Amino acid sequence: MPNMNPKKVSMPVQDPQVRNHNFDEVALGYTPEQAMEEADRCLQCKHKPCVNGCPVRVQIPEFIAKVKAGDFEEAYQIIKETNALPAVCGRVCPQESQCEQKCVRGIKGEAVAIGRLERFVADYHMAHEKDDIKKAKSNGHKVAVIGAGPAGLTCAGDLAKKGYDVTIFEALHEAGGVLVYGIPEFRLPKAIVKKEIDALKALGVKIETDMVIGKVLEIDELFDQGYESVFVGSGAGLPNFMGLPGENLNGVFSANEFLTRFNLMKAYQEGVDTPIFKAKKAAIIGGGNVAMDAARCAKRIGVEEVYIVYRRSMNELPARAEEVEHAEEEGIIFKTLTNPVKILGDENGYVKGMECVEMELGEPDESGRRRPIVKEGSNFVLDIDCMIMSIGTSPNPLIRQTTKGLDANKWGCLVTDEHGKTTREGVYAGGDAVTGAATVILAMGAGKEAAEAMDAYIQGKDKN
Amino acid sequence: MFNIVAREELNPTVTKLVVNAPLIAKKAKAGQFVIIRSHELGERMPLTIADYDRDKGTVTIIFQIVGKSTKILNGLNVGDEIMDFVGPLGVPSHIEGLKKVCVIGGGVGCAIAYPTAKALYDNGAEVTVISGFRNKDLVILEDEFKVVSKNMYMMSDDGSAGEKGLVTNKLEELLVAGEQFDEVIAIGPLVMMKFVCQVTKKYDVKTMVSMNPIMIDGTGMCGCCRLTVGGEMKFACVDGPDFDGHLVDFDEAISRSKQYMKFEAQARDEDCNLFNKEVA
Repeated sequence: MPNMNPKKVSMPVQDPQVRNHNFDEVALGYTPEQAMEEADRCLQCKHKPCVNGCPVRVQIPEFIAKVKAGDFEEAYQIIKETNALPAVCGRVCPQESQCEQKCVRGIKGEAVAIGRLERFVADYHMAHEKDDIKKAKSNGHKVAVIGAGPAGLTCAGDLAKKGYDVTIFEALHEAGGVLVYGIPEFRLPKAIVKKEIDALKALGVKIETDMVIGKVLEIDELFDQGYESVFVGSGAGLPNFMGLPGENLNGVFSANEFLTRFNLMKAYQEGVDTPIFKAKKAAIIGGGNVAMDAARCAKRIGVEEVYIVYRRSMNELPARAEEVEHAEEEGIIFKTLTNPVKILGDENGYVKGMECVEMELGEPDESGRRRPIVKEGSNFVLDIDCMIMSIGTSPNPLIRQTTKGLDANKWGCLVTDEHGKTTREGVYAGGDAVTGAATVILAMGAGKEAAEAMDAYIQGKDKN
Repeated sequence: MFNIVAREELNPTVTKLVVNAPLIAKKAKAGQFVIIRSHELGERMPLTIADYDRDKGTVTIIFQIVGKSTKILNGLNVGDEIMDFVGPLGVPSHIEGLKKVCVIGGGVGCAIAYPTAKALYDNGAEVTVISGFRNKDLVILEDEFKVVSKNMYMMSDDGSAGEKGLVTNKLEELLVAGEQFDEVIAIGPLVMMKFVCQVTKKYDVKTMVSMNPIMIDGTGMCGCCRLTVGGEMKFACVDGPDFDGHLVDFDEAISRSKQYMKFEAQARDEDCNLFNKEVA
């Protein structure tokens, strides 16, 4: 008889009023006992609805059965078969809208805590096991991957396991993409990202940093150098702004900029040369995970009042439920049904306030969410000295500008088929470069899909 | 890691480094820039490519010691390595089709103006150079500019080098005298570029400026380098760094360049004694 407790075993976290002043990881993870107790809540459904909710098709009931039995290493090996970055996904996947959403236990209570179990298993493996990674036997083919983010890392790992000679070209000075420049340490410790990347290197993947493809080398040159296929996972590009008066005032930042200073450049640490703006009251515009990250980073560097300003209501927030909950606990103030219309500046060009309007929800729009409508005459001023725009990005323009035959849609997203094949022969793409801003796991799924397609393409060429 | 193969102090505050970066040297064009991070804790800093040698595989940068990061860079010697050196970034300067051009360089901006003047000269254009400095001790690249220009005018604030006055005085003098330029290219402090544009607007001469805002990634991701050009938001790293000067909102750019002034001053002051010794 499984554990029929309707609630998930809760995961220990740092106290909110302590953690909002430090940079350490918020969630502390299950103990082995807690993990086994939670694993016992899984009904081991034969039709495995949860697996259909996972973009990389982790064999969820199988790994949970091993956790229940205390065979944590075997559980890890099952996850690892399909997921290149389990410690990352256990922490940043929006499980409630994926695997856990499909969980049968969710009908009459809370879903099985699949994400927490995945995280536990990955952490247990890292703490107790030495990876014995064996390079696959070379198949004599060379492929290139552009961008060392979730899509590129997954694609590279899968191809390396098939015996390809894989080189990743990364524009920044560090590999990891959004895992290092975007997601903060307190949500995803960088040591974990580094371990996952080291594991890829052990598989034989080469990573060249400081290489901006489209500038220092073009895709055509990669083909000339003997790469037979290229995967483009160049990620998020230019940040979107709203076109409001005052957006270029000092104190207005894109979330990309604010988070890059904080995470990649570690501006919060003593002795680091990259500055970060010291504000007293900050408003983060947007309701996604990136907005939650920016808000919680701002709190941690000492911003006294931090607002999330979102034009819909709490119910429509696109962020992971856990991030919203953690943000609220840490004292982030949610100003929902609110939209900025103008940023006010002082005589020196710095932000001194933000004029907003109140919103109400009307009929559902094409996204299925209720359309926010301005309440006429509801204008008011929010007293702030910093504003962080977190309303999405448009894909990086450098590669499509310099590669002939690579089509993009009107938003600049690369056009691909469902397997990541672009309009240019031999070139595949996935992640934010194709979808616009989305999640880590969707990018990983796309990288995985493309790796299969690239393999089929190269093997097919061989036969001809 | 990128090895420094030559180093030269052009004046007490401006240093030239020649860096081994063969892939960048192969692709670099006038007007483009590199992002540099000198060491693990250092910031990412954009510097315009001052010269390149495709055969030797080197890229030259020239920088003024203005704060902590440039001071650290200045402390590196031949044989030392720069941790990160990324490029060539930005859109190259448009020089095709230009027959008669006035290139204006202000202070260390001359380091950026020079490759553009050289590219124009190599392309067969007739180049007039106006360079401006505070005083004779700060003059750089005088001989180099002479080689690539038909007419060369030097201005200094105190008259100790060339003529006393501002680059805009000389420019206006030439325009009043009836000089016709296809284009004026102005590279230097924001205030200088702003006033050059005011002069050329009066005489309706197309003017390009090279913007050097604060950047982090430099590849079109962070949006830190945004500026207003012709009423639209543009990003210097992927849309520039060259823009039509008559459309640039200079006052906004000047304000944005001061965003981290307090932090920069503090970082500099913490190193103050060393700093003073080296640049005094």
